[in-house]
Amino acid sequence: MSIVTVQLGQCGNQIGHEVFHTLCSDIRGTHGLCSRKENQSYQDACKERFFWEEESGVPVARAVLVDMEPKVISQTLSMAARSGCWKYNNQSHFCQKQGSGNNWANGYSVHGPRHKESIMNLVQKEAEKCDRLGGFVTIMSVAGGTGSGLGAFVTQCLRDAFPASFILNHVIWPYGTGEVIVQNYNCVLTLSRLYRSADALLVHENDVVHKICAQLMNIKHISFRDVNQVIAHQLGSVFQPTHTAEGGPNYSRNPLGDLMETLVPHPEFKMLGLRNIPHIPESSLPYSTFSWPGLIKHLRQMLIANAQMEEGIDWQVRPPPAGSSSRSTRKPLHFNASVANLVILRGKDVHSVDLGSFQDPSLYPSWLNPQDALNAWRTPRAFNKYEKSASLVSNSQFLLKPLDSAVGKAWNMFASKAYIHQYTKFGIEEEDFLDSFTTLEQVISSYTSL
Amino acid sequence: AVSLPFAVGQCGNQVGCRFWDLALREHAAVNKKGVYDEALSSFFRNVDTRGDGDGPGIYTGKICSLKARALLIDMEEGVVNGILQGPLRDVFDSKQLITDVSGSGNNWAVGHKLYGYQYRENIVEKLRRTAEHCDCLQCFFIIHSMGGGTGSGLGTFVLNLLEDEFPEVYRFVTSVYPSGEDDVITSPYNSVLAMKELNEHADCVLPVENESLFDIVNKINQMINSGKLGSTVKQNSLVTSSAGTVKTLQEKPFDAMNNIVANLLLNLTSSARFEGSLNMDLNEISMNLVPFPRLHYLVSSLTPLYTLADVNVPSRRLDQMFSDAFSRDHQLIQADPKHSLYLACALLVRGNVQVSDLRRNIERLKPSLHFVSWNQEGWKTGLCSVPPVGHSHSLLALANNTCVKPTFIELKERFMKLYKKKAHLHHYLQIDGMEQSCFSEAVSSLSDLIEDYNELDATKGGPRTDPSRLKIAL
Repeated sequence: MSIVTVQLGQCGNQIGHEVFHTLCSDIRGTHGLCSRKENQSYQDACKERFFWEEESGVPVARAVLVDMEPKVISQTLSMAARSGCWKYNNQSHFCQKQGSGNNWANGYSVHGPRHKESIMNLVQKEAEKCDRLGGFVTIMSVAGGTGSGLGAFVTQCLRDAFPASFILNHVIWPYGTGEVIVQNYNCVLTLSRLYRSADALLVHENDVVHKICAQLMNIKHISFRDVNQVIAHQLGSVFQPTHTAEGGPNYSRNPLGDLMETLVPHPEFKMLGLRNIPHIPESSLPYSTFSWPGLIKHLRQMLIANAQMEEGIDWQVRPPPAGSSSRSTRKPLHFNASVANLVILRGKDVHSVDLGSFQDPSLYPSWLNPQDALNAWRTPRAFNKYEKSASLVSNSQFLLKPLDSAVGKAWNMFASKAYIHQYTKFGIEEEDFLDSFTTLEQVISSYTSL
Repeated sequence: AVSLPFAVGQCGNQVGCRFWDLALREHAAVNKKGVYDEALSSFFRNVDTRGDGDGPGIYTGKICSLKARALLIDMEEGVVNGILQGPLRDVFDSKQLITDVSGSGNNWAVGHKLYGYQYRENIVEKLRRTAEHCDCLQCFFIIHSMGGGTGSGLGTFVLNLLEDEFPEVYRFVTSVYPSGEDDVITSPYNSVLAMKELNEHADCVLPVENESLFDIVNKINQMINSGKLGSTVKQNSLVTSSAGTVKTLQEKPFDAMNNIVANLLLNLTSSARFEGSLNMDLNEISMNLVPFPRLHYLVSSLTPLYTLADVNVPSRRLDQMFSDAFSRDHQLIQADPKHSLYLACALLVRGNVQVSDLRRNIERLKPSLHFVSWNQEGWKTGLCSVPPVGHSHSLLALANNTCVKPTFIELKERFMKLYKKKAHLHHYLQIDGMEQSCFSEAVSSLSDLIEDYNELDATKGGPRTDPSRLKIAL
């Protein structure tokens, strides 16, 4: 089954490019560390999922590029073409001349309706190229105007046009100390809408990825390219082919569907976070070895302590004893409760790995069966030169704090009415803000009660 | 997306002239192949002078003849004629000019009411023609001074006109404010009358004071003459320099000051013209820096003022650039943002600077700055890959900050000094359409604006405690 990616705004397009690049370079590598048959299977599955083939044999990404100004798309298209190993379809993009001015209302209420037909036509064309459509992934930031506002509108259109398809929003959370002054407004307006239309939201926080670049990768002058490459690696580690538990010898045909089924048991809980270990500078790879027990132990503690990377984990945090009700006893501080977890293992000896520690009932609320709450996907085919790689996609309280913080700041600003005139100018009224705040307070409340 | 500058009046046109010169220099440095590209199209049309004008192939392909997208308006001929006879003459054509002979006599009413009425049709027609050539018109820039008659009066008339004719296009105004020792006696009247128009019809105003420009020019000259830097300064990197432009002889002392303002506009539009990892367009500047419609006055600073010739720039020097952007002597008006209240701040970085440099410096400088309670982390940032000529990196900071207040208070005081005695009032009132109420409304508008800033300074923007959040019933 194939996935169609919709890249929205500067961020969405810059990241989308890195993702396809990572996927391509992974399958071209000779570091699969598995049988030739396995490798071939993996490559074929990846290609079917993300690319179609031109007559020349060059893989063409199954993607639609959308932006309201031309510079980024132009750069993205040419960078891909220059790589020589893959490209975008030159017809599969839509842009305008002016940008959205970081104005969510402009993206949602003006650009959305105005360009709906053109954009959905492109999406339809890409969807038709798929033998079987597995669903959509949109990539966008919540801080700006196009990715956030137009992105929210497009997600709604996708839901309307493809009611039976899976939709995953890959969402970028801006730096806390600001890239855009109205980013918290844009975030609140976007998330509330996405929550209604999409099946799940997979969130990456710039602050977190930045730390990974600084502390794990030892990059001195971190550029957005560096940040995007880490994100692309993490996404690749989730979306490259794997065998599901029941899947048998073949690669899973329905990655998005499997993802939703395992991770979103209840529509109130749709926020997914992603952790991937190990992540080290490429130059260190040949000199490092990792053991599965060590990796799994770290990954579990990263989940429990809400750590963002394998350095600086707080080992003092423990889940409460099993059987204690979540209401009566005081929860230990900082313990990160989960709704569902998906562990993805790639590389050497994956079948020997014991994931029992992730089925510990104390990780989950009492109304969940721990057996159902954990799922695992595996493949012996190594990913992106890592002999062993473990990813955790988690529906947990990971994002509670940043979400609460963003809503709090947005509320504070809303109370003073600052910048509201910029939104009402394009048809978003105070009521729309209040609706969005209400939706998100509900989400915060749901996750807090875990 | 196209930005259309209007230079109105003597000062406006002198700055405008420097702007076009430096714009050509900047694009020549970046555009080695001589191909007419998207970046150039922001400010220039590509005209085939052999034929009738714009042919179909003119939008891509080689540069034939660049014509500035601009309107030059002056009620005296001296400055505009100078431009047309000078080395930039090929960049403009007569259809872009509106001139008269007698000037406005430093009288806002003459500029606004008399010439406004007289030239309205002419201006609208030329404006439409210029706009027709633009694929996508995003922004108008008005460049003018506040203290005289044409720039101030006719300039603000044009501002009104732009709002009427093109309500969806942003209006940015770069206004040169008169200093205390201005030799035009009526400059306070002209400025306050113009301020009312700016309050009501501009999207963003970038005030500039001659004193500040003068101080910056002096500072640079001192550094050079003291021999501390000597020949190691790259001439074309000076923010005051015309080196490498068409006009290489610095004839007037104002050229250096005007170059600073020209550089301000180039930097402001750089991220809209050139690529970068985090683009910042003009509509984003307006969106992020104007929290309430009337509070749209932005204090700007440009750093560095010059580059030393040595190529390796350690991080420390880069950080110095950020520190300087907040120092009093780099601001383009007499203001000290560090000791006043920020409503919002934008940093537009050009050149080889990465997001980590930006983050590090924001973290470092934040504690010493005071932000309004509802915008504690109110930073708007942009990263443009292309540095200005002669630099490897540069920074433009725009602050919506209560430090503009003293400038406005002084202006009001100078106005009242004249107005109480009714000095020179008759020169204004004898113009058709001018009444005493124009004056009282204007000073009232200025007073309201000052009150807005006072209130912010007093309350720091909000209640002491955060407003309580919505409660959800479980």
